[in-house]
Amino acid sequence: MPAQTASLDDIRASFAFFDNWEDRYRFLIDLGRAIPPLPDEQRTERNLVRGCQSQVWLVARHDEKERLHLAIDSDAHIVRGLIAVVLAAYHGKSPAETVRFDVEALFEELALLSHLTPTRGNGLRAIVSRIRSVAAAQD
Amino acid sequence: MKTNPATSVAKTGAATTRWNPSPWRQDFPLIAEQTGLAYLDNAATTQKPTAVLNAVRAYYRERNANVHRAAHQLSDAATRAFEAAREKVAARFGASSAKEVIWTRGTTEAINLVAAAYAPLVLAEGDNVLISRMEHHSNIVPWQIACSRFGARLRAVAVLPNGELDLDDFDAKLDERTKIVALSHVSNALGTVNPVADLTARAKAAGAAVVVDGAQAAAHIEIDLRALGCDFYAFSGHKMYAPTGIGALIGRQELLEAMPPWQTGGEMIEHVRIEATTYAPPPFKFEAGTPNIAGAIGLAAAVDYLNDLDFARVASHEADLLAYATASLNQINGLRIVGTAGNKSPVLSFLAQGAHPHDIGALLDQQGVAVRAGHHCAMPLMETLGLPGTVRASFGLYNSRADVDALVTAVHKALSLL
Repeated sequence: MPAQTASLDDIRASFAFFDNWEDRYRFLIDLGRAIPPLPDEQRTERNLVRGCQSQVWLVARHDEKERLHLAIDSDAHIVRGLIAVVLAAYHGKSPAETVRFDVEALFEELALLSHLTPTRGNGLRAIVSRIRSVAAAQD
Repeated sequence: MKTNPATSVAKTGAATTRWNPSPWRQDFPLIAEQTGLAYLDNAATTQKPTAVLNAVRAYYRERNANVHRAAHQLSDAATRAFEAAREKVAARFGASSAKEVIWTRGTTEAINLVAAAYAPLVLAEGDNVLISRMEHHSNIVPWQIACSRFGARLRAVAVLPNGELDLDDFDAKLDERTKIVALSHVSNALGTVNPVADLTARAKAAGAAVVVDGAQAAAHIEIDLRALGCDFYAFSGHKMYAPTGIGALIGRQELLEAMPPWQTGGEMIEHVRIEATTYAPPPFKFEAGTPNIAGAIGLAAAVDYLNDLDFARVASHEADLLAYATASLNQINGLRIVGTAGNKSPVLSFLAQGAHPHDIGALLDQQGVAVRAGHHCAMPLMETLGLPGTVRASFGLYNSRADVDALVTAVHKALSLL
């Protein structure tokens, strides 16, 4: 289940290169277009992430090697882009790595930190929090 | 300034972007000083004029004391300013007396007060409360709870596709068991101005009490409760250029006298013995605890500010902004304005080319255009319209056509990125 389409290093390198918001957001939206869509049967009430004004569905499981497998999707482009960054950060990680990962620092580096604020209602915070709780339960 | 928005819109083009600047912009420091910002989220909250900022500061610097407990001159001064604020609000809204003005945190608390303290006097099993499908959640949920307490039913008037209330449905759902009719004066999501005077008359004729949610009206419409005829009117200070955390319920005095207290403690009592307590008369009966004194004084300053304006000119300026924005946005390919009622407040909800409202909202934000995206706390309305939400641009008196131009440019840019 290779949910990743761009590596975190690629994403970081690209964002470091941009010097305006337009390029950053165009790239972010393109990242979002590249993530595999969640099949309809997984777009269920159970997989819906609360706290999102746009709809976000999240499926997380750990494989036999305790690696995190993530499938996340949204009906909004920018949220899908943010999800691509989240996938790059967390997909395939061990529970300990997941819990340890400093997501605030990553979004700050990418100048996307405002999307993590609770007021945005885009659900990024809720997505990260659900991933961390899945990992914490496994750890 | 032209008085016919329709004519002026027809003449506009890119060359006239700075036409119709707001004469009141300089009164609002946050707006005047942030040149890169087009603040179009006024239906959420408005900015505050210098007069309001100064009044709040002066209160804390010169007169801060608790009210109605005067053993000293400072408290006298605070009490006088606080009660003068009540008089000003009563006069602005056409209440019969200041005793009819109950301070609340805002519209939400005011509606909750009516639902908690008036509904028990009139609601019984088999009765109904009539609201509409365009209400803000704060004019839905308190009634759901009141209805469930007393075995009453909650009915909701349908909304037409253009965002107007379905008046035939109103008549169909209003009957002799309708004890309370609760309607918004102006829709927060669509800007529709409801014919509340007419609907109040129909509801009163059927024997119902009428509660009007005036949160979105107070900054845009001169409200005269004598003409409206409703029993309760709720509004929020922060949506009419006053501080947050202050608003009022204005209620008919005989109803307020009949209503039991809802929150209890200090200030609302007349005499307390361990065995029993007698309550203060309204409005104090409903104001337990130390009130938001600075907020009330700030609200009075906002009322003074609005009273000193030529309000017809404000209304005409805002109508021009709405007409100009409507015409400008309609020129964008694939953009659809949601809510096209004949009588609208300066609120524009829209959807564009299938783009998610949150995508538009986030990309407008990057360009210094502040709007709201989502369901606007009106989920039943969005469900009725079959929409996940909208992008909402809402105007205040300090906005100008340049803000509309910034919005249009930003929407074009956002759509090019999506």
